[in-house]
Amino acid sequence: MNWRIVFALALKELRSLARDRFLLGFVIYAFTASIYVQATGNAQDIRNASIVIADEDGSELSRRIARMLPQQHFRQAVMVMPGELNGLLESGEATFALDIPPRFEADVLAGRSPSIQLLIDATAISQAGLGASHIAASLDQEVGDFLRGRGRPAARAPPLELRAAFNQALVSTWFTGVVELLDTTTMLAILLAGAAIVREREHGTLEHLLAMPVRAAEIMTAKTIANGAVILALAGLALIFIVEGLLGLEPAGSVPLFLLGVASYLFFAGSFGIFLGTISRSMPQLALIFILVVLPMNLLSGGNTPLESMPGWLQTVMQASPSTHYVAMTQAILIRGADLAIVWPHFAGTLGIGALFFAFSLFRFRRFLATQA
Amino acid sequence: MTEPPPWAARLTGVRHVYAKSVALDDVSLAVAAGEAVVVIGPDGVGKSTLLALIAGATRVQQGGVETLGHDITKERARTSVQPRIAFMPQGLGRNLYPTLSVRENIDYFAALFGGAPSKRVDALMQALGLAPFAARAAGKLSGGMKQKLGLCCALVHDPDILILDEPTTGVDPLSRRQFWDLVSAIRGARPAMALIVATSYLDEAERFGRVVLMQAGRIIADGAPAHLKSEHGAASMEALFMTLTGAQVPDRIMRRPPAPDAPISVEAHGLTRRFGAFVAVDRVEFSVRRGEIYGFLGSNGCGKTTTMKMLTGLLPASAGEARMLGRLVDARDLATRRRVGYMSQGFSLYGELTVQQNLNLHAELFGLGRDSGAARITALTHQFGLIEHTGAVAGGLPLGVRQRLSLAIAVLHEPEVLILDEPTSGVDPAARETFWQEIERLARDQQVTIFISTHFMTEAERCDRIAFMHAGRVIAEGAPDELRQSQSAATLEDAFVRFMQIGGAGDPPTDTLSALITSASTKRPKRAARLLAVARREILEMLREPVRFAMALAGTLVLALAFGYGISFNVEDVSLAVIDRDRTPASRAYVEEFASSPYFELRAALNDDRAIEQALRSNRATLVLDIPPGFGRTLASGGAPPIGAWVDGAMPFRAETVSGYAEALHRRAIAAAAGPGAPVRAAYALEPRFLYNQAFRSFNAVVPIMIGILLAMIPSILTSLAVVREKELGSITNFYVTPISRTEFLLGKQLPYIALGFVNFLLLVLLALLLFGLSIKGSFIALLAAGFLYVAATSAVGFVSSALTRSQTAAVFGTAIVIMVPAVEFSGLMQPLASLEPVDRAIGALFPTSHFNQVSTGVFAKGRSLFDLAGELGILALFWAGLLAIAIALLRKQER
Repeated sequence: MNWRIVFALALKELRSLARDRFLLGFVIYAFTASIYVQATGNAQDIRNASIVIADEDGSELSRRIARMLPQQHFRQAVMVMPGELNGLLESGEATFALDIPPRFEADVLAGRSPSIQLLIDATAISQAGLGASHIAASLDQEVGDFLRGRGRPAARAPPLELRAAFNQALVSTWFTGVVELLDTTTMLAILLAGAAIVREREHGTLEHLLAMPVRAAEIMTAKTIANGAVILALAGLALIFIVEGLLGLEPAGSVPLFLLGVASYLFFAGSFGIFLGTISRSMPQLALIFILVVLPMNLLSGGNTPLESMPGWLQTVMQASPSTHYVAMTQAILIRGADLAIVWPHFAGTLGIGALFFAFSLFRFRRFLATQA
Repeated sequence: MTEPPPWAARLTGVRHVYAKSVALDDVSLAVAAGEAVVVIGPDGVGKSTLLALIAGATRVQQGGVETLGHDITKERARTSVQPRIAFMPQGLGRNLYPTLSVRENIDYFAALFGGAPSKRVDALMQALGLAPFAARAAGKLSGGMKQKLGLCCALVHDPDILILDEPTTGVDPLSRRQFWDLVSAIRGARPAMALIVATSYLDEAERFGRVVLMQAGRIIADGAPAHLKSEHGAASMEALFMTLTGAQVPDRIMRRPPAPDAPISVEAHGLTRRFGAFVAVDRVEFSVRRGEIYGFLGSNGCGKTTTMKMLTGLLPASAGEARMLGRLVDARDLATRRRVGYMSQGFSLYGELTVQQNLNLHAELFGLGRDSGAARITALTHQFGLIEHTGAVAGGLPLGVRQRLSLAIAVLHEPEVLILDEPTSGVDPAARETFWQEIERLARDQQVTIFISTHFMTEAERCDRIAFMHAGRVIAEGAPDELRQSQSAATLEDAFVRFMQIGGAGDPPTDTLSALITSASTKRPKRAARLLAVARREILEMLREPVRFAMALAGTLVLALAFGYGISFNVEDVSLAVIDRDRTPASRAYVEEFASSPYFELRAALNDDRAIEQALRSNRATLVLDIPPGFGRTLASGGAPPIGAWVDGAMPFRAETVSGYAEALHRRAIAAAAGPGAPVRAAYALEPRFLYNQAFRSFNAVVPIMIGILLAMIPSILTSLAVVREKELGSITNFYVTPISRTEFLLGKQLPYIALGFVNFLLLVLLALLLFGLSIKGSFIALLAAGFLYVAATSAVGFVSSALTRSQTAAVFGTAIVIMVPAVEFSGLMQPLASLEPVDRAIGALFPTSHFNQVSTGVFAKGRSLFDLAGELGILALFWAGLLAIAIALLRKQER
């Protein structure tokens, strides 16, 4: 490996990248506004859940219930007529509908244990279960308080003192911010490397390069380094200014260790991108493969939905994807404050799979040129 | 027929500027109907710009341009006049469609001009020698053959003005003759047709009635060839050119062929290359001595380039061997490659880098020292006249200047062997002369071996020996004079033509020419025909890449499976760790209640506080229960001992869900720990009813939305490349210069993608019904209509980004990034629409996905009717129309 050649080629990559204004614009958007908007918009805790209440009782208790829901999780409850409940659920305007029956307060006071109906739109899968348990808890609290106020306290049960570690307030934008940052690096690293290969072949420059005293390994290394350096720098800046600055994450662990993790991931992503470049014959083909591969890599990496919820076979498959290790490693370092002693298996997995793709792409490099002619 | 206009083309005071350089500076020119004008001049003086302006391909910046009596600056006038213009742009087949066959390319152009009778197309292909290759993909043709195909496409209709930009660059002498005979025949049959040609072959210029000589953006001479020559006292066009452009013509370098005992530096024995059944190079033999200039001549597509690629090691030989500097050619042999310079036929340097950056890059690649590299670059930029271009981006330079840059790079490292594949095609005469001086000097002074292919006979005459190749075989070899004499020909060109005829190339039968002339199309071009032609071409290109086609269909299904199973909001098997400081039956019963539930899985029993932290930090536990000492005793005595619990907050959604489960289990676990006792009657009973998805299955909720997400991504990514790809690869010029409107072009392109998207949609619906067990509860008609309108809308999104961007990479990435947010985040998957912040909800509403999801969820889960969903369908239709209108507005019908 001749490093002067590698650096000359890497400089060339950077210049080509700088020349494409639109691409640069998209890249910057992806690392700034896009992360912020998705992190705040895609908050995974339950927020602004919409609830409608039909109050057929009109008592003090029913009015208290209508006001009881915590603001950080629910929108202001809207009072409607009982007949409207189904229609609102159907159009998606409301996710929860609480129907307080006539004489509810009187029945509670009389110990008749009246039933109260909660309708839930279960297609709103991200909120339905969680929201229902929030409503149940608030209702418990509210009815308990009401009864205590009337001098009829319920029996005291041992409490569960639940605390959240690492993120006491369960601020979800920390998590989503980090995940969006990771998703963006995955997308960009794979696409830039793959497109760099396909583009060079479509323009005939790759063939030209191979007639020069240049090794395929040097070409690949240069592309991986150049694209990797740009993304690493942007990821670092996005972490500092967007995730820490705007979203308020205070990294629990070492930021340099995190960046080292990003670098090892970029080695994988670059090699993988080149691999995709060598197996696709044209840019449209690359684009398709890209979507087919990157969407699952991102959505199933454990960043968007919990890994444990997937079927066993899919969990096993996703263990082979470094994006899973990447998410796990980042969460561990930035949020739980883990050190290298804990995260090294993720590093090893990422680098190992990266090396595999690098070797395979190298092997394919000349062959795919010869078949093209 | 209307009366022909007096002027075929008239330019008044035209000025055109690219970034900093002036391409045309106050040019006025009038060409009468029926006139034949040739434009000559050094590279980069604005010839191509002039032609592109007349053809309407480039936007007029300043001045007036009238073509066939219409003001071409106005779009409407351009539209009405374009069917009567034929334009062939510069560049070796850059405007062709490489995956389409020769015949399909021609048919496409024919359809744009209202269709040509197949007799005429056959005749054209016969006349240009393309008939035997009708089924071959254009991308697999040799450079010269592509050029011929380009001509064929330009001549497919009967124009009133024929504009050809360096049409014969890279075309072999025999084909060149045939081509000009053909043009003469067409002119004979259509005397009113004007002909404007730019060329770098000065002998061709003699055939024209009028020569326009340009320099530095201005016309410096204009008149009949004979008249101009006598006026300036020049013996030939070449002399005239050199005199008027002020080119220095140094004396010829005197040199001698190398001695017969000089060592052999390049040789081939039985060298053969097959592509499938096709034998491109057939048992070729030659040996070239050190310091020799060896010319490689032959008809287009005879195997010259393939031979040269085998010499450089780019292509492995199928049989036989090639030796370079005494060593067998080996792709991994870097040491030999450092001693060889290679210049490929098409421009293969980095178009996005400047001239200087390209040179610097190669100096590094060849390992030249910093100082010696810089000195060498300075010398070469002077020598090849690149000084004024050093800061310019290479891709924007005229062909001739680019070729000079390629040459400079090929000799940069002072190689011992130079392999040059048509290095002077498209280069102006003065620069060609300079180049040959350099070649001859290298051969004489440094004993550099030159292996060169060319179509210029004046250049062939300067070689020590030449080989004639035909159909993969070398049919004659020797010194130029010997070969000429062996055919008793007056010129080497005549000898070439005879050799080709011996090899089997004949003149086209004359009757095909007459068929060509008489069978012109008189049909008026139809809108629908052009639209369908574009659609047909798009389908063909899609089918030529079966992998892409299959992936577009199968890929969606794979994704659907991954997402359907993978995206689940249920939390199960959460890892649980316990620190039991009590160790009584009560505490064990409490833990057992958690461990036996499907939500938790007991992974570890811990001993101290440090272990708790360790377990959480290393992600071995998501929930840790901390049971205090004396728990059992206190509970039995009626107390309420608090249980401590830690949940991993790194993933808030999971943490919240886990907390919910823990709270619920806690109540049951306390009851279990306390043992059987009188149950307390609850004050009330909450009856939750999960509607539309009673089983609370993730599938039922996720799959309908997932269909929306997948159909947002795939069609839009595919269409995002549809236009920008043509921009990047050059075929967009056809859109600029043919009578196809923006609407026809985009709608035609969209039809196949809508069809593909709809098939995708149907597959996804089938998958949802059969595999994920969903059922149609609402209006199926509404779902089908929504699917159709939705893929139409999302594929139109791709066009918008395609019209905006300039590179394919930017288009794909931009589309993916821009779509991802509204399609995945704000469309109801992650959060119900009603819960979004107003801004986010607006973003979601401004994108079709949220509306499609309303229909999809409504039909699959909620049983909504067609009437109920009509509003959303209307919105989807509006999206399609609106997005297409935006794309049409953004798409330019001219180059800037």
